[in-house]
Amino acid sequence: MGTRGGGTGLPPFEAFVERHRRTVYRFLLVAVGPGEADDVFQETFLAALRAYPRLRDAERLDRWILRIATRKAIDAHRSRRRRPLPAEDAAERADRAAEPIGSWDGDDPLWRAVRSLPPRQRAAVVHRLVLDRPYGQIAEALGSSEQAVRANVSQGVRRLRALLSEGVGR
Amino acid sequence: MSVPRWSAGLRRLAAPAEERSRRQAARPGDLAAARGLLDVGVGEVDTPIGRLLVAVTRRGLVRVAFSEEEPEAVVEELARRISPRVVRSARMSQARRELAEFLEGRRWRFELPVDPSLARGFARRVLAGAARIPYGRVRTYGELAAALGAPRAARAVGNALGANPMPIVIPCHRVVRAGREVGGYAGGPERKAWLLRLEGALR
Repeated sequence: MGTRGGGTGLPPFEAFVERHRRTVYRFLLVAVGPGEADDVFQETFLAALRAYPRLRDAERLDRWILRIATRKAIDAHRSRRRRPLPAEDAAERADRAAEPIGSWDGDDPLWRAVRSLPPRQRAAVVHRLVLDRPYGQIAEALGSSEQAVRANVSQGVRRLRALLSEGVGR
Repeated sequence: MSVPRWSAGLRRLAAPAEERSRRQAARPGDLAAARGLLDVGVGEVDTPIGRLLVAVTRRGLVRVAFSEEEPEAVVEELARRISPRVVRSARMSQARRELAEFLEGRRWRFELPVDPSLARGFARRVLAGAARIPYGRVRTYGELAAALGAPRAARAVGNALGANPMPIVIPCHRVVRAGREVGGYAGGPERKAWLLRLEGALR
């Protein structure tokens, strides 16, 4: 059938999703926000699924999926107008739109501040402060140098601090 | 305001991830199928003889597993032997419907296409032979071996049937011991007897 696994040592995609879904979603919730996290999550794992049988290295799958998620998050930011995914019908979408977002919403001052960061800076801050990833891995995810990432993070943090000190007072 | 405080705030923003990602994780199968990226879809169906795990490729049904088999192990095997692109998918309606109808006594034959990838060589011939036994009839291992032109291969026939990747749909339960004793079954002799009673082949 032209789809033989041939001993790639890769876990079933199903298991791979289960293993990494939470980390990817945590990243996306802050990097693109609750309104778009679902779509970007699906795009991330579909892109992964497309490339999956060609992967050589069954290790470092965590870094690989976060690299894809980072790219998708930055792209999502660039093309604000997202096309609906085909397998989701109108009812499902409406259902999703109606659901409470959890402990926060679009008016959360912290989220407003995060949203004002430029996309790469925002991604770098989330990798560092939410996922606690080392600078080297963040650089890999962003396709830039460690030095640039350190600068991204410190600028982002400085900016957040400035925005939030104006009257949020937590 | 210190950085650690913010990371706490940011982590709070990420808190709903567990629940929301669980819901989202169920969807890639359907999206993948829609985009032609799905090599193996797996799903489950509840039947009178327990929960069955069902797997389908683009060619057709490839695997049916009884509840005694560890689902993770079955999925692992599919990933290893067919493709690592194994995804849970709701798009297996035909397989699920036909199995449910059959086990409720409302269907006598399966129409869904079958993908024999998991059986090779002689085993595949044996399964094809078993598939030709009509509903409600039985053959002995020896009879099936003879029908395949290998009258002395009754034991090999038994082994091939024991490894049937698609029990129920490929009716290996219709092959019994000489003297019409029910004989062994991967899903246990009770299930085999249940299936034969369902078909009226055993009282």
